Amino acid sequence: MTPFIFTRLAQSVLVLFIMSLLVFGGVNLVGDPVEMLINPEADQAEVERVIRELGLDRPVTEQYWYFLVNAFKGDLGDSFIFGEPALKLIIQRMPATLELALFSLFISLIIAIPLGIYAGYKPESKTSKIIMGGSILGFSMPTFWVGIIFIMIFAVHFGWLPSTGRGEIGTFLGINSSLFTLNGLSHVFLPALNLALFKISSVIRLTRAGTREIILQDYITFARSKGLSEKRIVLVHILKNILIPIVTVVGLEFGSLIAFSTVTETVFAWPGMGKLIIDSIYNLDRPVIVAYLMIIVTFFVFLNLIVDILYTFLDPRVRIKGDSQ
Amino acid sequence: MNPKIKKIKEFWKDFSSNKVAVVSLIVFMLILFVAVFAPLVSPTDPYDLNTVSIMNSRLAPFSEDFSGNYFLLGTDGAGRDMVSAIFYGLRVSLGVGVLSGIFALIIGSFFGISAAFFGGKYESVVMRIVDIQLSFPSILVALIILAAFGKGVEKTIIALILVQWAYYARTARSSALVELNKEYVDAARCLAFSNTRIMFKHILPNCMAPLIVVGTLQTAHAISLEATLSFLGLGLPITEPSLGLLIGNGFEYMYSGDYWISIFPGVALLITVASINLVGDHLRDMFNPRLH
Repeated sequence: MTPFIFTRLAQSVLVLFIMSLLVFGGVNLVGDPVEMLINPEADQAEVERVIRELGLDRPVTEQYWYFLVNAFKGDLGDSFIFGEPALKLIIQRMPATLELALFSLFISLIIAIPLGIYAGYKPESKTSKIIMGGSILGFSMPTFWVGIIFIMIFAVHFGWLPSTGRGEIGTFLGINSSLFTLNGLSHVFLPALNLALFKISSVIRLTRAGTREIILQDYITFARSKGLSEKRIVLVHILKNILIPIVTVVGLEFGSLIAFSTVTETVFAWPGMGKLIIDSIYNLDRPVIVAYLMIIVTFFVFLNLIVDILYTFLDPRVRIKGDSQ
Repeated sequence: MNPKIKKIKEFWKDFSSNKVAVVSLIVFMLILFVAVFAPLVSPTDPYDLNTVSIMNSRLAPFSEDFSGNYFLLGTDGAGRDMVSAIFYGLRVSLGVGVLSGIFALIIGSFFGISAAFFGGKYESVVMRIVDIQLSFPSILVALIILAAFGKGVEKTIIALILVQWAYYARTARSSALVELNKEYVDAARCLAFSNTRIMFKHILPNCMAPLIVVGTLQTAHAISLEATLSFLGLGLPITEPSLGLLIGNGFEYMYSGDYWISIFPGVALLITVASINLVGDHLRDMFNPRLH
């Protein structure tokens, strides 16, 4: 058990180290941020002063070393554009991304679970075939394009919902979020639905597969022979049993919602960290690019580490294999 | 009858049992034809500055310009015919998607089969890398590459290969592990064939079925991902106008109600990706022994 956790931890650190090399090395090979930051009429002395100030005159290895040392101190450098710490900028925008991802997770579950149960409960019916066909279509539709269509229909044509920004922000239990005001909710609805689309398709398939398996179990036959109503069987016996695996998988994939929110945030001008990274790439704001990528990679590496460790508790086979290594 | 022809006939009989898959295959063949022969089938050359006139910018679908040129799907902001732009865009999108898919297939099956064949430390290292990579969402992997190294055709293709190879490696390894227990592999070993020959002449052909299934679904995914990246301005440069770039170009005009510039390239993208997915989905059902 312990050696298993130890190897995984060492691997996570190795992954982070390789990523930092890759990201830092790559970012420093691209473009010339000085050109974008300095007034084109500035004289040579001014240019040199700025280069020295940003530390760009030192060798790349030295810059990398400073970056690593400072990263351990929680300092990922200052944004070239905003002049503020990159970490602070990202943390400021994190709540917007989190509320978008959470809300879209909520939407996808309440839409997909009933549809998935229906498709698994009556696999041969016409409606089920339409649901399953729709889920393939959902997989195939490029998210950003659907977002554009949403804006066109609901914002431009009908003018029902706003298509940009985060709206009013309310405070509840000390948390600031646009989910707490009506105006904020109207702003979050379209982007969240857009981000949920892909997840809806996958949860429908997962729920359907789970339902089809459970329906063959003895306890469902037993419940039927007891004379329970079909409604009770579906709502209690089936729903409760598929919820556990679905919540596990969806919870694990929460990270992918955050990664994909870069696209949705750009389409809907949602002021989250996804839009920040895309803007920073355009502006060649190296510290923000590096900081964002390192934060999100760290997040994923540790998420996976926790999942791996949890599995060793849940599945003895993993434990035995890990010990014998 | 030649056993090969017989096999193909049997395969087709099996495949054509699903009408949706057959229609999807025909649609995909048409798209492929249009993409390959784009310069011949397009009404105009959208990137020839002599024929494109800014006077025709943002004409609605079904409209004509003063010299009687007909624009079925309208024109974009620079006055290009949308039909032609979409045909050329399909060429770029499919080209990038298929090319990256082939490279990923080669790299992935090489590592997958060799991992299964040699086993030991080599296998566990390769499969650990695969696992780690698959724990990151595809868009994040692509974002890391393109954010760190900048945009461009080669970089987009490299990013797409990196996103896909792990899926091929995992599939190739699991089918190779099954094949390794079969008698023909023992026979080949007794004949003292080289490892390379056994791996790629004997085992690889028998792993092709699942690899093809993964290949269709991954190619659809790669095309869609490339469109997303190009839309974000991170993927292909404007000199290679893929469908994603066309959609992105139309985005700015959408608020003024010029819907066609974004919508039609998106429809083309959707049809392409959906037809490949539907064919792949059916192939997966066909090759899945649990459903027979």
